[in-house]
Amino acid sequence: MNIFMMLAPMSVFLGLIGVAAFWWTLSHGQYDDPAGDAARILLDDAEGPLD
Amino acid sequence: MALTYDLAPAPDLTAFLKRTGAKPSLDLLVTGARCAACLGKIERETAALKGVAAARLNLTTGKLSVTFDNAGAADPGAVIATLARLGYPASPYDPDLAADARDREGRRLVLCLAVAAFGAMNTMMFSVPLWAGLFGQELGPATRVVMQWWCALVATPCVLYAGQPFFGSAWRSLRAGRANMDVPISIGVLLTLGISFSETILRGRDAYFDAAISLLFLLLIGRWLDHQLKASARSAAADLLALQAPSAGVLDADGMERRRPIGEVAVGDRLIVRPGERIPVDGRVESGSAELDTSLLTGETRPTQVRAGQTCAAGAVNLTGVLYLRALARSEDSSVAAIARLVEAGAQAKSKYVQLADRAAEIYVPVVHTAAILTFVGGWVLGLGPREALLRAVAVLIITCPCALGLAVPAVQVAASARLFRRGVLVKSGAALERLAEVNHVVFDKTGVLTEGRPQLLDAPAPVVALAAPLARASIHPLAKALAAEAGPGPMADAVIEYPGLGVEGVIDGRRARLGRAEFVGAPAPDALETELWFGFEGDTKVRFRFSDRLRPDAAEAVAALKAMGLTVEVLSGDTPRAVAIAADGAGISQRRGGLSPIGKAEAIDTLQSGGHKVLMVGDGLNDTAALARAHAAMAPGSALDASQNAADLVFSGERLGPVVETLRVARLARRLALQNFGFAAAYNLVAAPAAMLGLVNPFLAALAMSGSSLVVTLNALRLRTAK
Repeated sequence: MNIFMMLAPMSVFLGLIGVAAFWWTLSHGQYDDPAGDAARILLDDAEGPLD
Repeated sequence: MALTYDLAPAPDLTAFLKRTGAKPSLDLLVTGARCAACLGKIERETAALKGVAAARLNLTTGKLSVTFDNAGAADPGAVIATLARLGYPASPYDPDLAADARDREGRRLVLCLAVAAFGAMNTMMFSVPLWAGLFGQELGPATRVVMQWWCALVATPCVLYAGQPFFGSAWRSLRAGRANMDVPISIGVLLTLGISFSETILRGRDAYFDAAISLLFLLLIGRWLDHQLKASARSAAADLLALQAPSAGVLDADGMERRRPIGEVAVGDRLIVRPGERIPVDGRVESGSAELDTSLLTGETRPTQVRAGQTCAAGAVNLTGVLYLRALARSEDSSVAAIARLVEAGAQAKSKYVQLADRAAEIYVPVVHTAAILTFVGGWVLGLGPREALLRAVAVLIITCPCALGLAVPAVQVAASARLFRRGVLVKSGAALERLAEVNHVVFDKTGVLTEGRPQLLDAPAPVVALAAPLARASIHPLAKALAAEAGPGPMADAVIEYPGLGVEGVIDGRRARLGRAEFVGAPAPDALETELWFGFEGDTKVRFRFSDRLRPDAAEAVAALKAMGLTVEVLSGDTPRAVAIAADGAGISQRRGGLSPIGKAEAIDTLQSGGHKVLMVGDGLNDTAALARAHAAMAPGSALDASQNAADLVFSGERLGPVVETLRVARLARRLALQNFGFAAAYNLVAAPAAMLGLVNPFLAALAMSGSSLVVTLNALRLRTAK
């Protein structure tokens, strides 16, 4: 029972971290342009270090 | 009825510059950008322009945001020209009008959904041991109470947070003296929470914390789907509105031109209207002459000629010469404003339509609450004791949870609009689909709907066309442009002089030639019914080019399909009866009326509807907007005027009429699936409610029944993606 009393709050805490992380992505506009974000990774940076 | 000529109105672009921050910025709606290459090309080329500080394209919404170095260097025209050269037509829009208010509510719903998901999952973790205890597994009373308290600890804050959209809506509806679907949801959830606490404190067995939070989770999915559908439709409509920032060129006392919003034009102002621009307010021509396209106002496809001293109506498009006008009326008093008022009245009438889900709620709410109260009173009277009676009443409320009802309509409507979107049809509201399903009479406008809405050269021999083409290429007149398009690229005539409203004169291979109106070229008086151009070398025979507006390629096919679906089809047009008859015969429509004014069209729709018809109006012009707003349901082609697209419930794109048939088919299918879902929900409740009254329900069964019914309803809605 002791181990349960330790694991239960830990699992709830981990879940809360997940919700907080989701809230952060939402408030930082990560879902505003999914198509653009997928496309941008394919573009070469104009002033990249390898140029 | 709209005949679109190849002259784009020249908008005053500086009006769209945003000057809120340190640097001015411009927002553009770019069409055609789909891939990484497009994105890179657009951003690179735009950012390379002089005066541009930065450019960022949102590939999902197609909105390009351009920041300029300073107000002096800002040249919106250059940006649009660059985009056009790259092959991406762009138009400016006013982001203040297309406000992102939807975002705030959408984000709150998503956050509620996330919290509810977290709560449901973590409560479930503690519920599974409790359920195991229900089936005789080892679970001592002490452990059970600990588990129940953990459930309470996780579920309660989540319910209170994630339930806010429902609590708020229920409270507003109760204050208005009505009960919507959110009232039983709120009462059910809060009662469940309360009874679960009392059970936990009294060391009882039936705590429904997991049911309360998963109920909210499932309902929030439906709520969020519904919101997404409305938001995408609303933002499309808002973008359309934002595109119209009409301005007029007003000349001040010194003859200097100032761009002013149309609303600020006063009676007596001197106005300048260039070719391609729309007449801003009713006015009298002071000097200049031009041909006007009044097809938006009257449905007449032939351009009309105006000279000094004549009046012209707001909304007509100047096709040829520069006009100086004296304003005779303010914008609100101009002839177009009368149409706008009719549109407003129609939109109000439409908002009174009661949607399926609300009609279901009207039956559901009293029935379920009566059943719960009867269970409580009956149980107590029959000797169950108040605690057990209350527990059973709450079980009734939980088990008859409206989550299946809450999902029944939004899931179907989202699936339907996704299917239609792939076919190029934009659905502006779910209610529109429901109204569309009830339609039994279809009214088409002629020009631009049954026909393509562009003048096209009729059967002229190629050598004759080639002869006249050098002059036609030199002219800005739309008919000449159609002629030039038919001939293809080639040389241009020399020494060209354009006589506004008459035609062009020039030298082809050393011979003087004219192209234009019959009297200008020197031909006999024309047949007044055809749109035509005359051409001739000096002293030679004159040739006539006739132009006509072609039927859409699948017009006849679409009309036949509509008739096969049991609908009656009619044409209402403002064009001459003869022109209407030709188009209607081509499309196979026997009911037709021509020569109707915009108000006449709206009245014709009203007459049809008071005669018991449910009318679908398909129209595109300014003279259709009132009829579109009055009709039970309305569609407009993507080429339509913004005002018509706003008045319509659905907008379809492409050269074909097929989407109209497909939309009606999908709308009927959606209605059938929604009714099936309601039928299923009713049948489920008929079994579940008596079981709950008899005390056969425990927390495990409640969770199972709830998610099971929601799943069935959603899967049934998804059938719409493939069903015929």
